[in-house]
Amino acid sequence: MPNPHTPPDSPTARPTAQQPAAPRSGEERVVLDDTAIRRALVRIAHEVLERNEGQSRLYLVAIPNGGVPLARQLAENLRSLSGLELPVGILDTTLYRDDLTLRGERPPLRRTEMPSAVDGRIVILVDDVANTGRTIRAAMDALMDFGRPSGVQVVALVDRGHRELPIRIDYVGKNIPTHARELVILRGRDGSLEPPLEVVVVPKGGDA
Amino acid sequence: MIGRDLLGIEDLDRADLERILETAERMQEVGTREVKKVPTLRGRTIVNLFFEPSTRTRTSFEIAGKRLSADVVNFSPTSSSLAKDESILDTARTLDAMAPDAVVVRHKVAGVPKRIADALAAPVINAGDGAHEHPTQALLDLLTVYQEKGRIDGLSVAIVGDVLHSRVARSNIYGFLKLGAEVRIAAPPTLIPPAIETLGVKAFTSLREAIDGADVVMALRIQRERLDGAYVPSIREYSATFGLDRTKLRFAKDDAIVMHPGPVNRGVELSHDLADHRPSVILDQVRNGVALRMAVLYLFAGRPLAAAREG
Repeated sequence: MPNPHTPPDSPTARPTAQQPAAPRSGEERVVLDDTAIRRALVRIAHEVLERNEGQSRLYLVAIPNGGVPLARQLAENLRSLSGLELPVGILDTTLYRDDLTLRGERPPLRRTEMPSAVDGRIVILVDDVANTGRTIRAAMDALMDFGRPSGVQVVALVDRGHRELPIRIDYVGKNIPTHARELVILRGRDGSLEPPLEVVVVPKGGDA
Repeated sequence: MIGRDLLGIEDLDRADLERILETAERMQEVGTREVKKVPTLRGRTIVNLFFEPSTRTRTSFEIAGKRLSADVVNFSPTSSSLAKDESILDTARTLDAMAPDAVVVRHKVAGVPKRIADALAAPVINAGDGAHEHPTQALLDLLTVYQEKGRIDGLSVAIVGDVLHSRVARSNIYGFLKLGAEVRIAAPPTLIPPAIETLGVKAFTSLREAIDGADVVMALRIQRERLDGAYVPSIREYSATFGLDRTKLRFAKDDAIVMHPGPVNRGVELSHDLADHRPSVILDQVRNGVALRMAVLYLFAGRPLAAAREG
């Protein structure tokens, strides 16, 4: 089932959790460009330091795929601002999703790499787009299987706000009110997640 | 496109194989955790329906199911209560009425998993049927080779031994060929299936020719009852000609690996030394079996049945 919207020159492009494909040009609008994303991640780094003053036991855990480049950039920002060298983990939430029994096709699994123990650390989950809160719920369950963090905080580059669970995002890059029939996509050059990054809003499902 | 059942590698295409292997690589990570359990199949029931005794495969499926939080029930009817074919389907239907989310079937007769699948609503996973197929064994072998060599495409794979009676060989032949490897088999003429070359393999009666330049040498288990005259003159002769040791292995590539589906008849298919040490990767195969079966259960078990049937 090849998706007509997938750019043909990016066979390795993996869509991120919220959306399956890049759109036809013309229908999308860019809501954050690379500069705006960088600026947001600098501001979030300041907020993380302010909120966790005196805390060196922080652990950045990215939700793949979109959270990965963001967590790396955030770690870099925290290093240059405060000298903190923080571990960066990757935690796939697919095996913890609450909709697996509703779908005929099983979603592909993504990489999980947790280089440090979570016990006694403040874990900062990093995702590209927060919406219903279900991915964050799954991520918290997954995290608890790795140990007992002393706290969990959440970063989302974009918050769409259609929350279905009582989940709070602690650090938001930008609130973007969207229609449920729209997709919000973080993407990089040629469909990868390499910079320059941008966030676009596209109508869901192509032909409306 | 992954369908309802996993009956054989013959039914899968390259994309299916790659998807299963990629899923298994991700499942390996779960096995490295302190808490080796994810909630994915919570509330799902998997029945291990083994008409033929098997400790290893059954245990591997059981651990895989439990790591995904499924309830795993082992059902091993005695052969005496199942003399008639009819009662096999009766047993299967009885189980089906208990609404399992997957049934893992092993039977000594080829085709039984397919017949059970036709009678059941639940997905059926073939855990070995006669001399037909043993798909999860081939998949774990493919995973092991892929991780050892970094690729399957273009490798030279030699399968040595009782190919005639081996479901492991048949499934591996399909799997390696579909992923672009070259497959050679080596066996005494009595143990080479007629017309095997129509599958796309090269058959040799000389071990040396078959393993010449091979990247992977896979020894098959030989049943002791086949070593007494009818197929092979004697154990001694078989192991002298087709048993692998370090001397014979010199003809393969320097970095060739040695595989065996287990359990090894030490000193027959493999020398004692090779059975236990590199370049044999037998325990990696076993380890990978759990992750691979987790991947298979994830992809096949507990999907909404209507959707699974369409798939």
